[in-house]
Amino acid sequence: MLSRPLRAAWPELALLVVLLAAPVLLPPLGFSHDLLSRALNWALFGLGLDILFGLAGLLSFGQAAFYGAGGFVAAYLLVSGLVQSVWLAFLIGTLAAGLFGLAVGWLAVRRIGIYFAMITLAFGQMAYFVQNSPLSDYTGGENGIAGVPVPVIGFGASAVRITAGLPMYALLAATFFLGFVLARRIVHSPVGLILKAVKENTPRVAMLGHDVPAYKLAAFTIAALYAGLAGAMLGSFQSYMPPDAFALETSGQLVVQTIVGGVGTLVGPLVGAALWLWLRDNLQLIPGFGSLWKLILGVAFIGLVMGLRRGICGEILHRWRQRGEAARLRAAKARTEAIEAAAALGDAVPPHSPSEVALPEVTLPMPRPVIDGRTAHAEIALEAQGLARHYGGLKAVDGVSFQVRRGSIHAVIGPNGAGKSTLFKMLSDEVSPSAGAVLLFGEQLTGAGVTEATQRGVAKSNQLNQLFLNLTVRENLRVAALARARGRFRLDLLAPVQGRADVEAQVATMLGVLDLGMRAETRVGVLAYGEKRRLEIGMALATSPNVLLLDEPLAGMSPSERVATCALIRRIGRSCTILLVEHDLDAVFDLAERITVLSEGRLLADGPAEVVRRDPAVQKAYLGAAPDEAAGEGTAIVGAMHEPA
Amino acid sequence: MPSTAVLLSQAFNGLALGSLLALVSSGLTIILGTLGVLNFAHGALFAVGAYTAFVMMQATQSFVLALLGGCAVMLIIGFAMERLVIRHFYARPDEDQILVTYGIGMVLVEGLRTWFGGNSQRVPVPSWGTGATKLGFLVYPTYRLQLIGIIAALLVGLYLVLYRTSVGLVVRAGIENAGMVGILGIDVRRTFLFVFAVGIVAVGLAGMLYAPVVAVTPDMGASFMVQSFVVIVLGGLGSFPGAIVGGLIAGEIISLTSAFNSAYSEVMLYGLMALVLVARPQGLFGTEGRV
Repeated sequence: MLSRPLRAAWPELALLVVLLAAPVLLPPLGFSHDLLSRALNWALFGLGLDILFGLAGLLSFGQAAFYGAGGFVAAYLLVSGLVQSVWLAFLIGTLAAGLFGLAVGWLAVRRIGIYFAMITLAFGQMAYFVQNSPLSDYTGGENGIAGVPVPVIGFGASAVRITAGLPMYALLAATFFLGFVLARRIVHSPVGLILKAVKENTPRVAMLGHDVPAYKLAAFTIAALYAGLAGAMLGSFQSYMPPDAFALETSGQLVVQTIVGGVGTLVGPLVGAALWLWLRDNLQLIPGFGSLWKLILGVAFIGLVMGLRRGICGEILHRWRQRGEAARLRAAKARTEAIEAAAALGDAVPPHSPSEVALPEVTLPMPRPVIDGRTAHAEIALEAQGLARHYGGLKAVDGVSFQVRRGSIHAVIGPNGAGKSTLFKMLSDEVSPSAGAVLLFGEQLTGAGVTEATQRGVAKSNQLNQLFLNLTVRENLRVAALARARGRFRLDLLAPVQGRADVEAQVATMLGVLDLGMRAETRVGVLAYGEKRRLEIGMALATSPNVLLLDEPLAGMSPSERVATCALIRRIGRSCTILLVEHDLDAVFDLAERITVLSEGRLLADGPAEVVRRDPAVQKAYLGAAPDEAAGEGTAIVGAMHEPA
Repeated sequence: MPSTAVLLSQAFNGLALGSLLALVSSGLTIILGTLGVLNFAHGALFAVGAYTAFVMMQATQSFVLALLGGCAVMLIIGFAMERLVIRHFYARPDEDQILVTYGIGMVLVEGLRTWFGGNSQRVPVPSWGTGATKLGFLVYPTYRLQLIGIIAALLVGLYLVLYRTSVGLVVRAGIENAGMVGILGIDVRRTFLFVFAVGIVAVGLAGMLYAPVVAVTPDMGASFMVQSFVVIVLGGLGSFPGAIVGGLIAGEIISLTSAFNSAYSEVMLYGLMALVLVARPQGLFGTEGRV
């Protein structure tokens, strides 16, 4: 058997074997050394797109801009004689493309999906025109730059020129191999995990405290660097830098190759490029077939996107993994069904649900908040000062002020439309208030945005689950735990994602607190509803907040799950300030020490639970009846007000 | 500084190009706004329109008949595309829609290349549009003036359909909130089919009308598609007035810049796009909060 590090590196080893064997085994099949070299150049270019699209989910149709930029900068430097060393020219070309990527990305990552594809395409076209006209004195315009020298290893008499054919293949294969190893490190770094999460659910990543635009820009720049290196090598490898490098078709061809080969696999671009070039070189030789090859490829591409979206390598990997994991997946689904059946039957304690009896006391690592370098000792954790939010003429929230004491469980209640959700969104700075401010331990929180709010210690769990469904439970919690441990943005591209002891300890603790230990490696999409709800709360908690906002934590739960979740909230409350919105008033009066009541956007009552319970105005707001007509004692109203989910 | 005559004639060129871009972009934008699909085959369909005009013109010798026949062809292509492919992609991610329409564009362009060869074809200027017209201050090709007029009429027609008919009301409501329109019990699928076909006819017509002015090649649509993307970024996603104003602005920028230095004509356009992205990311007529 292979040792552990060797097994972890099997993709690298397999690729190495393929790259060594290819020039020996493949030429008889119509893959000349030249074709293989060109395929490797495209594949290196495609590694960047695979990180950008496969990992981060950003589809760019403008990669040619960076391919061309890297290529023309390197070619110009060499042909003009400004730089003698081909290697140095490669480096400068790569960096120039990266810089250009940073600038274009800064504009492009402001928009997602449709807009992102349009903007990258447009900037790609802009680069084409810039090369073609205003810069044609340097780039040769439509003629390109001819006579680009090949790289040389060694000095003087012992120097070896890396000429076309096998030597160039070796150079490109070595470069691609290094690029692949690096790309895999990036995929398995914290940045890689965060980018995967961005692809799944961008707003949630921002809510967890990661600087989403910065990470997207990082992915975009990495893709540009890969493109730049590939472009720089292109000119040297063909002794000619063609203006086509900037063309729209170049970007399109790269996208098609990557999709055909399999996006998100890192080897997909290589397989796709080899296939494309092989089809072109060999089908063109067949009489009467010459111009048809691209048409056939186009039809095949449409079929692939419609039916086999994972691409060649993606499908193979998927089938492979599915076979290995089919049994585990079946077991996970069976467990989900058992939990849901138990919840539906209303079992008092479904198997493995959290209960205070079954679970040991878990102390959560909840540091005291540190603000501006000093520990906050204020007794008021969170304060709303005259918060208001107006939508046109509608005053959703109208001048609400209240205080949440440190270490308390505080509830906000009110009839539907009272403005609770809007208030919550202002507390976590997802929505900016029309007037007023939120203070966290006496410091202004409002205005910095939801990412900053989380970084400063206010986390929120949502009424509707916002989870990363294609990641495992452990990965979900890791994305959350990484946020405050690493800060808003950190470019630890080469660090292993499980490498932080503090984060792993936090994730392990959370798995225990949420009773999801047995589900740690299960894809979240497979979990039972109740488990997802717990994880939703757990995600917010995993950021180690000082104040935890829970928006309807019991929504949609069965009675037994409600009991279990209330127990969970109470346990969390021992180490963290909690503010919750909830319709289940039995649970609210059971949990909360203080209650704030909203009605039609205004503050109706605010005080200890017992006082609020007997407040005639509160009873009137809920029942719409005069206090003397409604039940006089608080217990009756609580029963009557109970809203089933 | 270029002479006034040059500037004037470039301004007219800008108007012609701008109105053409407005027509192309309005086809793109109503599909994007209503169906949420960015049609990457739009450029290829522009070329298909031009080739249709070429074939019909050879068969009938009448430009008007060529336009009518061309519309029928585009309508059929639009229906077929929506029914066979696009319909299956409404529920899929934006990226998949982009990929599949890109694939369709590739097939259409390569189909044209296989059928007609890669060499450029010429479509004659219609008999009623030959020669030049004296405008007093400048002499300008007659067909280009007519082109501006025809496109203006088409855009007015599209405006009337969108803003004065019940179908148009559904389309505009769909742009605002497609889900709500469905909830109200309106058969969105038929509306989608209609909108898609109208968008395809719009871009096809643009291709047909432009065919007599340029060389017809399989790749002729690509640059129009990219420019129409810029127009949409300028005008705002899914906005019909935005497509028209954005189209005219883009056309004038390209033409007027080339009066000074043709090397920068396209670059200026993208520069303006960058500026709009920074200063007003939702576009001139777009609403805040849309993607």
